[in-house]
Amino acid sequence: MHILVCIKQVPDMESKFKVNGEGNWYDGADLASRMNEYDEYAVEQAVQLKEQTGGDLTVLCIGPERVKETMKKALAMGCDRGIHVADDESFKKDPFSIASIIAEHARTKSYDMIFTGMQSQDRGSAQVGVLVAEILGIPCATTIVSFVFSNGKITVKRELEGGIRAVVNVPVSSLVTCQLGLNAPRYPTLPNIMKAKKKELLSIPVADLLNVSARQETKALFFPEKKGGGLILEGDITESADRLIKILKEKTAVLA
Amino acid sequence: MKTLLVAESREGKLQTGISDLIAFSKKVDAESAMFLVGSETDLPKFEGTLYLADSAKYGEYNPDVHKQLLLETIGRIEPDMVIFCHSSYGWDLAPRLAHALQAAQISEVVDIIDELPVVPVCNSKLRRKVSPNTHITVLTLQAGAFSLTDEPTVFPTIEKISTNATGKIEFTGYEYTEQGGVDLTKASVIVSAGRGIGKPENIAVVARLAKALRGEYGASRPVVDAEWAEHNRQVGTTGQTVSPKLYVACGISGAIQHLAGMKKSEFVVAINTDRDAPIGDIADVLVVADLKQFIPVLTEKIEAL
Repeated sequence: MHILVCIKQVPDMESKFKVNGEGNWYDGADLASRMNEYDEYAVEQAVQLKEQTGGDLTVLCIGPERVKETMKKALAMGCDRGIHVADDESFKKDPFSIASIIAEHARTKSYDMIFTGMQSQDRGSAQVGVLVAEILGIPCATTIVSFVFSNGKITVKRELEGGIRAVVNVPVSSLVTCQLGLNAPRYPTLPNIMKAKKKELLSIPVADLLNVSARQETKALFFPEKKGGGLILEGDITESADRLIKILKEKTAVLA
Repeated sequence: MKTLLVAESREGKLQTGISDLIAFSKKVDAESAMFLVGSETDLPKFEGTLYLADSAKYGEYNPDVHKQLLLETIGRIEPDMVIFCHSSYGWDLAPRLAHALQAAQISEVVDIIDELPVVPVCNSKLRRKVSPNTHITVLTLQAGAFSLTDEPTVFPTIEKISTNATGKIEFTGYEYTEQGGVDLTKASVIVSAGRGIGKPENIAVVARLAKALRGEYGASRPVVDAEWAEHNRQVGTTGQTVSPKLYVACGISGAIQHLAGMKKSEFVVAINTDRDAPIGDIADVLVVADLKQFIPVLTEKIEAL
């Protein structure tokens, strides 16, 4: 099979965020980056499908030069080649623009299967995968927690609320968006990390693939008001434990 | 301003979130209509017109069919906004509709400020105010972000809708996760383990605190996904919704899906190294500490009481 997996580089969510000078995004300069967690499951499933069917697997990522580090992880996990869509302002692009860029790349490549994460950890729109499929006019199943390819047929399970899954058959030449827990993403081994350095990683300027206008824009990025106002205990742990027990005795009946 | 509110039904039963849609529509002072592929045996209460497609005819969720039914309804009433819940139904269907309408879609709206939708960024650590550039907008709402003070008491006027569209994907049935074993919904104390516990061995540390408090231990999604705990211990949207007297969140950052499952707890204690973790917003007490050091100390003290 001829397979595409789309990934995004995101900051570590534990980071201390700062709003940038323009007030429309966070300052990315000092933040540690990693592969969007949902995309790790997408890469793993794509690699497993390639191992099962043979063929080749392309990983695509949009962003500045530094996203190549994240792409190298995908290559070390088993992708065969990387397409880096070079864009220093990818953080400003709305889901429709991002999806259009990916679709423009995929249009001429006739992939048999496209994998994406179900959402990114930073923007979390959960739109890009579905929009790529709609633009390309191919079937799409979202939020999958199981993927089986057997006898030329793909069966996926979509995660719904309350512990229920919908079992859905999709034809080859579809797009699926991957939920956490779909599989166990592999850790790249040292030999595979070395091999990945030799794999093709092609950069394409975003202008070559972007031919639509944004449908929305960010007017402001800001910190939410802290509403909890709960008590914070820190410092010496023995002291914190004593204070917590006192509070639990006063405010709850559980230690009675 | 006119809104179309998209309700959801599964196996003939209405799903939650419909009152959130009505509350949002009231907040933006809009005239609203509702859309449902569902059954006349379980209708939502709503003052207005319900555009209803019979789920007996159209079956369970099929994206292409539901999209066509929505387009048919939108053609009739020409809304300015189409509003979904940010649920597995909403985030699957909304982008498909937005694409067909060439509309901006704004996902997981939590507020409206200066008439513009506000959405969370980076696990709710930040907020983003978004301006759509299109004449019609599709929104999905975060569960519980908008709530209604007075539930409607009347049933809607019904307009039937239909389509001949067929789907590109084939739904074959539902699968239900096995029940049995521990029932967290009955526990009066729950001590839950999150990603911050670091390794599976630390489940025992959390379980021991739960035992000392005469409760049960629970887990967040990443812990269950890693198979460090069973699915029936998972708290959150895709697991159990609980409301114990005391909920202790250990190494849980507080993703909205987790909060949705435990925010009705009477008293919440969070133990986390990250002072800014969103769990701190709903915790009555936040202990900023390494749980691997703090919990054993706390447990021993409680056991000695």
